[in-house]
Amino acid sequence: MGSLISIELALAFLGLGFIVGIPLAVGEVYGNKFVKNLAVLPVVEFFRSIPALVLLFLFYFGASSLNLNFSPFMAALLAMGFRSAAYQSQIFRGAIKSIDTGQMQAARSIGMSKFKAIRYIILPQALRISIPSWSNEYACVLKDTSLVYALGITELMRQGRYIVARTFGNAILVYIICALIYFVIVHLGVKLLDFLEEKYKIPGYEIKKITTRA
Amino acid sequence: MAQTVLKVENLHKSYGKVQVIKGINFEVKKGETKVIIGPSGSGKSTLLRCINQLDRIDKGQVWLEDLEITKSHIDINQIRASIGFVFQSFNLFTHLNALDNVRIGLMRVKRIKEEDATKIAIEELKRVGLGGKIHNYPAQLSGGQQQRVSIARALAMSPKLILFDEPTSALDPELIGEVLEVMINLAKEGVTMIVVTHEMGFARSVANDIIFIDYGTILEEGPPGEIFKKPKHKRTAKFLSKITQLEGEKAK
Repeated sequence: MGSLISIELALAFLGLGFIVGIPLAVGEVYGNKFVKNLAVLPVVEFFRSIPALVLLFLFYFGASSLNLNFSPFMAALLAMGFRSAAYQSQIFRGAIKSIDTGQMQAARSIGMSKFKAIRYIILPQALRISIPSWSNEYACVLKDTSLVYALGITELMRQGRYIVARTFGNAILVYIICALIYFVIVHLGVKLLDFLEEKYKIPGYEIKKITTRA
Repeated sequence: MAQTVLKVENLHKSYGKVQVIKGINFEVKKGETKVIIGPSGSGKSTLLRCINQLDRIDKGQVWLEDLEITKSHIDINQIRASIGFVFQSFNLFTHLNALDNVRIGLMRVKRIKEEDATKIAIEELKRVGLGGKIHNYPAQLSGGQQQRVSIARALAMSPKLILFDEPTSALDPELIGEVLEVMINLAKEGVTMIVVTHEMGFARSVANDIIFIDYGTILEEGPPGEIFKKPKHKRTAKFLSKITQLEGEKAK
């Protein structure tokens, strides 16, 4: 049960992070000074510079003292989702910047608007390039779901705690099992992403394997 | 008198303090092949990029047929869709195969149905001799083939004219021929083209008219016979003799 909740939390955080991270990245690369300095960078810097646990407390206990009563799940989603968005935006930004400027020029030269060029030419290439670093982000986010334990959400860690409390003293065994479950989930996800990377690689574009057989 | 497709008037362009184009005027008639030659850094490529406004111009006007496209309220995307551009470095979309490279503009810009876009794209790929390579990705094609796909991509939009920015300069010598051959055929078919190139053989045999640009101005303009046989300016003569010397050395 707890591990299912952990997975659900991770998917929610990553999903929000993706949906917000893409516009952040596009805004940072293609936006004007106004967009970049007043919208993108403050969000990115805020969520990257504050420890996850502090963010969680800010959005849960902090917000409630401002009469914003988020449920633990909502507080966790906002804190961890936007945190992931900040990190994901930097993954995508790097990928977008690595694409040759000729791609944008060629897209504009056949009459695409900037938006269409980004949508049909730049992002499909950038997302492919992002998969390896994104799989890192996935692993981090999944493991960091253990932090929302602090808000009282019964995810994998808290479930472990309950079991230890009820059975007196099986701590080492229970936590080893928790660790194993995290390991398996992360590992399976990374494998899935590796598969996607392989599936969507651009034919002929991958670094050619050196064949030196005579 | 053939219809005027493009008219450039008093075009100026600077990068920072460097004036790259200093007041250029010329016209291109329908079906004409206009070749622009000149030393590196003379502003040839910038001129092309100013015509379809990939680079913003500082001063002057450009007309496409009867429409002044340098006016501020013009939808430049719609204009660019009717001006083909072939880049020195091909710039094919790396994540799309040849077919998708050619039809994406039809589908996403002109909003033509996939089925019809596919037909047009295959037709254009056949026209450049690549009917058998429609499913290859750019990285699976040679430089010459990539450049031919990019010509097909330009042709598919049925442009009013095509701008070629040194289309063979990035190619290995043995691949130049196949690209020039495609361009020669287009000239014969009456496609209106402006070609920046260092291929003097092409200029001599295909151009209706040659423009020699140096230091951002047109120094000389005329049919190949005139420019090559009796250039009016010393600089033109010097440039041509240097280039022909080089070609001579290549031939040895």
